[in-house]
Amino acid sequence: MSTVVLLLFTGLGLGALYFLVAAGLSLIYGLMGVLNFAHGAFLTLGAFAGWEVARRAGSDDWWTFLLSLLVGAAAGAAFAAFTEFVLIRRLYQRHIEQLLITLGLSLAAVALFDGIWGTDPVFIQGPAWFKDTTEILGARVPNDRFVCIIAAVLVLLAMVFFLKNTRYGMIIRAGVENRSMVTALGIDVRKAFTLVFTIGGAAAGLGGVLASHYFGYVSPMLGGSLLIFAFIVTVIGGLGSLTGAAIAAVAVAVLQQFANFYLGGTGDFVVVLALALVLLFRPSGLLGRTS
Amino acid sequence: MTTDTDAADTNGTAAAGTDSNSTAASTTAADGGSGNPAGPRRTAAAAGSTPPAGPHPRLTRRTAAGAAAGLAGFVLLILLPLLNLSLPGVLPGPTYTPGSLQLLAMCMLMAAAALTYHLLLGVAGLLSFGHALYFGAGVYGLAIILQNLDIPLLPAMGLTLLVVIVLAHVVGSISLRVSGIPFAMVTLAFAQAGSVIVGRNPDGTTGGDEGLTLRTDNLPDFLVGVVNTRNLYWLALAVLVVVFVVVTWVESSRAGHLAAAVRENELRVRVLGLQPYLVKLLIFVVSAVLVSIIGMVFLLLQSGAVPRAISADLTITLLVMVVLGGVGSRWGAVIGGIFYTILDQRLTTLANSDAIDALPDILRIPLSEPLFILGTLFILVVLFLPGGLTGAAKRLAQRRNRRGRSTGHDGTGNDSTGPDRTGPDRTGHESTATSREILEESA
Amino acid sequence: MTAAADARPILRIEGLNAHIAGQQVVEDVTFTVPATGITALLGRNGVGKTSTIKAIIGLIDRTGTVELGGVRIEKEPTFKIIRSGVGYVPEDREVFSKLTVAENLRLAERDDAPRRQLVEELFPDLLARSAQMAGTLSGGQQQMVSLARALLNTNKILLVDEPTKGLAPKIVAEVAETLAEAAKTVPILLVEQNLHVVRQLAEGAVVLSGGRVVHTGSALKFLDDAELTQRLLGVSAEGPAGDSPARDNTARETSGKGAAL
Repeated sequence: MSTVVLLLFTGLGLGALYFLVAAGLSLIYGLMGVLNFAHGAFLTLGAFAGWEVARRAGSDDWWTFLLSLLVGAAAGAAFAAFTEFVLIRRLYQRHIEQLLITLGLSLAAVALFDGIWGTDPVFIQGPAWFKDTTEILGARVPNDRFVCIIAAVLVLLAMVFFLKNTRYGMIIRAGVENRSMVTALGIDVRKAFTLVFTIGGAAAGLGGVLASHYFGYVSPMLGGSLLIFAFIVTVIGGLGSLTGAAIAAVAVAVLQQFANFYLGGTGDFVVVLALALVLLFRPSGLLGRTS
Repeated sequence: MTTDTDAADTNGTAAAGTDSNSTAASTTAADGGSGNPAGPRRTAAAAGSTPPAGPHPRLTRRTAAGAAAGLAGFVLLILLPLLNLSLPGVLPGPTYTPGSLQLLAMCMLMAAAALTYHLLLGVAGLLSFGHALYFGAGVYGLAIILQNLDIPLLPAMGLTLLVVIVLAHVVGSISLRVSGIPFAMVTLAFAQAGSVIVGRNPDGTTGGDEGLTLRTDNLPDFLVGVVNTRNLYWLALAVLVVVFVVVTWVESSRAGHLAAAVRENELRVRVLGLQPYLVKLLIFVVSAVLVSIIGMVFLLLQSGAVPRAISADLTITLLVMVVLGGVGSRWGAVIGGIFYTILDQRLTTLANSDAIDALPDILRIPLSEPLFILGTLFILVVLFLPGGLTGAAKRLAQRRNRRGRSTGHDGTGNDSTGPDRTGPDRTGHESTATSREILEESA
Repeated sequence: MTAAADARPILRIEGLNAHIAGQQVVEDVTFTVPATGITALLGRNGVGKTSTIKAIIGLIDRTGTVELGGVRIEKEPTFKIIRSGVGYVPEDREVFSKLTVAENLRLAERDDAPRRQLVEELFPDLLARSAQMAGTLSGGQQQMVSLARALLNTNKILLVDEPTKGLAPKIVAEVAETLAEAAKTVPILLVEQNLHVVRQLAEGAVVLSGGRVVHTGSALKFLDDAELTQRLLGVSAEGPAGDSPARDNTARETSGKGAAL
């Protein structure tokens, strides 16, 4: 029993990270049709920015951690906004070229991170409480899992609130459904593009800081390895659906943890198998548009 | 036709009059938006292509000269290992040295691999992010079989091929259920699974991060050792030629035309009762098989299997090569492959040079990362050089041609929508002529 | 509307060409829309009526001249064209199905003082359903939402694309009534297959064939010319006009290309 609970919480923690990456990916794809390969780089930059904060502050208390979250999110958001505004916007509606640009950007960015911070993982310290465990139903669950889960839930709630209750949220929801009609109502949908990129980048940057505590280190490859699972999550959840991304993130991560433990480390393989099954029986994903 | 509301009545009658005259003549009814080429809806691509100029003596002479130059170049490539040529800045040493031959052989293999990717992207319009899976299957498949079975090279290669054919059918038939960007994601996921399995090193078969060293016991002697690099070079050159011929053949076959038609307009192909799915699967499998053969030769050349050979990075590298060279062009893929491989090698050498080390950090860090420079170059090409290197060369040649005969004999006045505007897809998919042909034929 | 406004057209289109995915769908189209009343844009299925409307507001790539109230707009992006005073009611309504009725309307408000009151009076039904997802509305109700989105703002012109398509006769009459009401204050360019509605509403008519203009003039005179309507629209205007959908399937024996040659 305790193993199951531990696996469940570890899976939920990982799912939280997947969600933080997939949320932005899914919204960006849904609204703009851009598959953003640079999203992993947003995350990595956020992680390094958070690490720099902790290093320069020279302390590992809660305030430093919160500040590193803020700085990480801001770094991810700034990088993402720059990407949209300077590179993506020039290729409006050319989805393949936009994808290629983000691909080139991710290559260049990861290489630059290599150059600045080195290729080896740098280890990271959080508040001492992270290292402790909390006992739930006999399982000793590391506390950093809870931090990830709580942060992801808060981000999900904030995003849902934003989408439901603000004018820009309304524009984004409408744009995911029918972008050209939004412009045909006299709305400059490009502002929504920048906004979605910025929000997605902030979530990824936040995810980067959390991921560095979850895994205990930062490396230039951090974003790339999470990105591939985030892609799988967005396809399974249904491209453009935030709720779908949340459900799929949790499902994929929990499945992965259980398969890794009970089926001899086959987690990644099982996840790809799940993707294949979803595609065979529901090609538009769990909550995707059925067309 | 002006339309002043007052004068419109007479105007309209006149128009109607002409219309009735034509009624008998044209009974094709092109108003269904179906793009009947006889109707008024011309495709922009067709309008943009150069009008058939008829046999032109200068042109045929030029073609002959081109063929001769090509043949001479090919002979030079064959003779290269026997010559003492130096290309400072491009090759690490004279052409007969193993170091240079190794790099040249790598260029050939990468150009061939880029060609197989061209078959996917340029011909069938399939943006796959999992091509490395089949390259890696060739590399690791052959390495593992040679390691564990006591059979000669050719049967081992045949066995590997069998595995790849099955693998490509399974993955292809699932991935092709979606298209466009979801297809890219799904192929990426499958390739990642392969990459993860190799990294996990199940029962010590793949060697994990370390990779596998090629077991040479059952290999023919002429393929083993540094002294035989020139044989490997010739083998790589042969692979490139064979792949080029096969890709050309597939492209000009019925399946190739149909694939191009699917790329242009899948719905129409479906309406005509043809099977886009099977054609795409065929191209997918052919491309996978070809790249796995290249992977096997890659294993012989590198005398080892490394995880990079099955990583998403490799697929991305191939994609970058194809885009740099120009999507939709076979020579573009070849040139892109060679250009990228040499540039990558040179930039790595540059990164370790003293000149770079002496620079201040803000310049040293970016310049000492080859991938940073290549990534930035790639972005610039996508932004400013649609059609890649071959596209740019073509535009230059056209500009020179036009200046040559500034009188301009084509009265179509289509210059404004000219060669670099072939429809909304700037990735450079050219002439729709062949695909249209097949559509008409089938209709 | 003053006499001066009558004299000058509100919309002037000259040499308009448009492409979709490399296919030319609008070819050298030239016509004007007067500053009052309803002008019908007619033609068979697929001759480029919808494409012409979309090209005017830049939803598809186009070249040529488009002048709204004397100002060139063909280089502007769609949202700026709309903001300069164009109300667009698209074919197939295109309401946002996952947004509520109220959200659909709020999204469309671009004036400082949108005419919510007017819309509530015109479409009382929508007020009652404001919290409902627009995707769950009937076709007629969705059309009301689509019309309301355009009528919320003050416009120089309305572009209305097949507002009665697929609607029951009673709803068709309601839509026609709404358009007639709206036309008292704003000129309308109307794409409409239902010739009964055209006869009832339109003053001028522009007829397209094969992506080109083949006839312009008075709507009534055009519809009264049985031979002309038969040839250009493939349907007899004298027949049971109403809302017969059979027209969509009538033989397409002529190509309008001839008119251009």
